Amino acid sequence: MVLICEATSEALAGIGDGATIMVGGFGLAGVPFGLLDALLEGGARDLTIISNNAGQEENALALLFRERRVAKLVASYPRTSGSIWFETRWQAGEVALELVPQGTLAERIRAAAAGLGGFFTPTGYGTALAEGKETRMIDGRGYVLEDPLPADVALIRAEEADAWGNLRYRATARNFNPVMAMAGRLTIVEIRRILTEPIDPETVVTPGIFVDRLVVHDHR
Amino acid sequence: MPRTNEEIAARIAEDIPTGAYINLGIGLPVLIGDALDPDKGVILHSENGVLGLGAAPAPGAEDPELINAAKGYVTVNRGAAFFDQCESFAMMRGGHLDVTVLGGLQVSASGDLANWSTGETHRPPAVGGAMDLAAGTKRVYVMMKHVTREGAPKIVGGCTYPLTGVGVVTRIYTDLATIDVTPAGLRLVDCAPGHGFEEIARKTDAPLLID
Repeated sequence: MVLICEATSEALAGIGDGATIMVGGFGLAGVPFGLLDALLEGGARDLTIISNNAGQEENALALLFRERRVAKLVASYPRTSGSIWFETRWQAGEVALELVPQGTLAERIRAAAAGLGGFFTPTGYGTALAEGKETRMIDGRGYVLEDPLPADVALIRAEEADAWGNLRYRATARNFNPVMAMAGRLTIVEIRRILTEPIDPETVVTPGIFVDRLVVHDHR
Repeated sequence: MPRTNEEIAARIAEDIPTGAYINLGIGLPVLIGDALDPDKGVILHSENGVLGLGAAPAPGAEDPELINAAKGYVTVNRGAAFFDQCESFAMMRGGHLDVTVLGGLQVSASGDLANWSTGETHRPPAVGGAMDLAAGTKRVYVMMKHVTREGAPKIVGGCTYPLTGVGVVTRIYTDLATIDVTPAGLRLVDCAPGHGFEEIARKTDAPLLID
């Protein structure tokens, strides 16, 4: 059953210190800005954040770094122009970084969602990002063993939902959101609008089974 | 005269097959998009989840939810598709893209590519999708200057910068030459007008073959 919340603060109830939180988005597209603002206001600290980027300027994810709420970031590209707060905290040694190739990041999240114990990928074989990891030759090619990447909470941005929690996305705001929605032990989704009629089953992207809480928040 | 960046892009565009699915890396390779013959029907992939990237939007028509891998505003062409990260990287890692063109810091004689890090430690490292593109794309082309600003060769016996992929590069396009990476070693394909084998061999820090 999906819980439809009135406010972003209600949607985030129960997130405590030390939580591991996945955050959807690529650049500024598909970022759950309303949920991130509520996470900041909620005061949780010592967080592990899993996100492709590290936020930009003075909004959303960047503010969590500015306010020293994050102990560790797992990301592929935490250096987008304007990502000053992550960079500042990282340079001061106040936040740890686990750098993961982008496709490996997506697939590690999927492995966690799909109940897999890991997978072998050719990405990164023979590079610094594979150091210390188990490798295997498969059909004459080198592969690296990568672990699943689970999270306590996934914060997701979608375009629209129905009362069953089925989701659809818009353009490149889709990015990491569907796979993170599958992987969060608690998945909280910010949507632009909730539909009164069910979504056509043929066009559902994320089925409602993966969604725990919904809240309408339009930042456009 | 060395080729300009636009001339390198035009040279690479000649080698992109009709109907190919391609990914252009951030930086110099983006110029190839403008050099492609529209009649070839080449379909551009963007790793954040688009097939069928179109031209930049008109001023005022930018859509913050329609961006490319460099986070720039884009449009899509007729027949485009949106998809999530797992599908997008399956296209890349799974060998479904025909060609990718990447920038390069160094390429080795055996096709190793270094393009994601200079090893600097004062800024956080970032890799994005470079390793996935290098590992999985059928043909990996590198577009770069032949030598550094200081005149040091960028085509080398072994890369000194951190690797993006091992033995992944198919062909190198520079301002001076086009060079294939073959099992026998580096082979000169063509030179920019006014440049010849001897000069290019001197500016390449690995043995260079010629037919």
